[in-house]
Amino acid sequence: MLEALLVMALGAVVLGAALGYAAVRFRVEGDPLVEKIDAILPQTQCGQCGFPGCKPYATAIAKGEAEINQCPPGGEEGIHKLADLLGREFKPLSAEHGIEKPKSVAVIDEQACIGCTLCIQACPVDAIVGAAKQMHTIVAKQCTGCELCLPPCPVDCISMQPIGESVESWKWKYPVFKINPTQREAA
Amino acid sequence: MTALQRLFKFNGGVKPAYNKEASTGLPIAVAPTPTLLVIPLHQSIGGPPRPLVKAGERVLKGQRIGDADGNVSSAVHASTSGTVVAVEMRLMPHTSGLSAMCVVIEPDGRNEWIPRQPFDFRSASPAASRDFLRDAGVVGLGGAVFPSHLKLNAGKQGKLDVLVLNGAECEPFITCDDVLMRERPEEIIKGAVIMREMLSAGEVLIGIEDNKPAAIAAMEIAARAANRVAGANVYKVGSVPTRYPAGGAKQLIRVLTGIEVPHGERSTDYGVQCFNVGTAYAIHEAIELGQPLISRIVTVAGNVGQARNYEVLFGTPMKDLVALCAPLPDSDRLIMGGPMMGFRMPGDDVPVVKATNCVLVGSTALFPPPPPEMPCIRCGECAKACPADLQPFEMYWFSRAKIFGKAQEYNLFDCIECGCCAYVCPSRIPLVDYYRFAKSEIWAREVEKEAADVARDRYEFRLLREEREKQEKAAKLAAKTAAGREKAAAALAEAAKPAATPEEDAKKALIAAALERARTEKARVHPENTADLTPEQQAEVTAIEARRAEIREMAKPHLRPDD
Repeated sequence: MLEALLVMALGAVVLGAALGYAAVRFRVEGDPLVEKIDAILPQTQCGQCGFPGCKPYATAIAKGEAEINQCPPGGEEGIHKLADLLGREFKPLSAEHGIEKPKSVAVIDEQACIGCTLCIQACPVDAIVGAAKQMHTIVAKQCTGCELCLPPCPVDCISMQPIGESVESWKWKYPVFKINPTQREAA
Repeated sequence: MTALQRLFKFNGGVKPAYNKEASTGLPIAVAPTPTLLVIPLHQSIGGPPRPLVKAGERVLKGQRIGDADGNVSSAVHASTSGTVVAVEMRLMPHTSGLSAMCVVIEPDGRNEWIPRQPFDFRSASPAASRDFLRDAGVVGLGGAVFPSHLKLNAGKQGKLDVLVLNGAECEPFITCDDVLMRERPEEIIKGAVIMREMLSAGEVLIGIEDNKPAAIAAMEIAARAANRVAGANVYKVGSVPTRYPAGGAKQLIRVLTGIEVPHGERSTDYGVQCFNVGTAYAIHEAIELGQPLISRIVTVAGNVGQARNYEVLFGTPMKDLVALCAPLPDSDRLIMGGPMMGFRMPGDDVPVVKATNCVLVGSTALFPPPPPEMPCIRCGECAKACPADLQPFEMYWFSRAKIFGKAQEYNLFDCIECGCCAYVCPSRIPLVDYYRFAKSEIWAREVEKEAADVARDRYEFRLLREEREKQEKAAKLAAKTAAGREKAAAALAEAAKPAATPEEDAKKALIAAALERARTEKARVHPENTADLTPEQQAEVTAIEARRAEIREMAKPHLRPDD
């Protein structure tokens, strides 16, 4: 009887120690779910979801404090991906957070820019170059199209321009077989 | 003896009607210079070249008009002498029907060359030779237009076992490599000699499909001559069985050497590199004659009265070229490339580019519209036909369902889009269209993901920077206030003796002292003149005040506004 108890107790101690060691040794830094959600979000950092960036929104989704349909730049596809990841129901994009728009970049009308630096302070990805009383310009390659530079501009010289299709970025369309009217239908 | 003894096989493949005889009857003709050349700047894989000329400038034949953008790019040259009319967006020979930057040249008819200097590649470093070929605009002329200088790199070992020259030309209708091998075999071999030296390759295997006996014979004579010069049997011609797509790089390497290049690896890792025979010819012209790539042999075939091969300047509108071959009246489309892998052109005024091996004139009678697509019946014919040993039906389902990750797991990117699967499909499913769709979607996602990663990094860095600035500011402020307090405390200690008073009291005392000082100062500067008066003076002041009041009373009716 005593031996059995001792054996069980010893087993418990050994396993507990092993688990405890593993918990410390193989500790996962950060919340893996937040990272996974953040990887799906488009990183526009526009704040349309009501959070100050993609990461805070991801954290809120992971905690269950936010819905998955608050990200207009991610669009329907993003919502589908989040729904798949989290095992939630798909919901259409919430209208109060905005609508899905074609991908655009901000363009500064350099003639009108007065060099106030307000847009530079608003840009979440530091994609605007300029200095006080000097003309500003946008590094188009790094612009996420978040539109956060539009409201602070005192002279309204920033506009959003949709990114056009080029031969390099053109995508093959989904094959659609055209049904030709048969003779019977035509008659 | 130049013939290859042992050949291997690749799996799959099909045998479509070849239709090659029509265009091999006549020798290569030089296509006349058109009235306007439209030369696209982006004609190769890699970055689009930067334009070097402006409208109004005069250019010479062979003058560089587009400079390679980085190393993965290739230069572009003026095809003839003339005046640059415009540098503008023009319709590209691309399925999308989109435009891209082109240099439009009005030829002056004088065909004036730039000074042509042969390049001594033997005394130059390999890197310098590669740069020379990049600036000569030499790209793979088999159709993929991959910059050749990037392929002329012997890899990790510094040498190759086998250099494969691809003269298989398996696609129906196309005969540009066939006639080039028949008419200019010595030049091709000269190019092969240069490439062999640059790559330190052991032997050179020239693979030609056995339906081109004339080309094989011509190449064998040239190879024999080269073997005599080399003093060893290094240039060998391999007559490979005619089966589409024997001209695919991986397929030809497999047939000639037996080496199967695995997924995700390069043939150079296995000591093999493959070039098109046209590319060898272009390398000979660039290095030994100093002529950059400004023209190529183009087959015009299909729905025409006289199919033929032409040597065409890049930038020649396809309609001018087709007009030479008497197109039949029912022609309704142009296809760049062959019927298996070619692309339908968005118009007939698109220019001939480096990728144009064939301009196929089509009509509804020649290429009837595809019959209706039926459901996949899992017969597996496509897998049997696939020369890349893939499972086309699996890739089709996942591409169709837009489950791209799974399609990629079935090695979608090993698909060479040869079209064998669609050719044999009993349900007539346009399989390749689905693969192209899936591939371009995956690429687009890849680009988006990269952009998102950059944005995330930049955003996180910005947060970090803001945090750092905040801390720096706080630290500065703290240092400032600490310094101020010390000063105040010191001043207090000097003014009032109780140096040990608590800080609060010291501050209050300081403020009180300052207020007192201000009060006395004010009193000193502005003394009231009514203070310290004698009784007589006081009485006088009172009398004056009374008089003033009386006058004010009298003036009142006048001050009232008369409505």
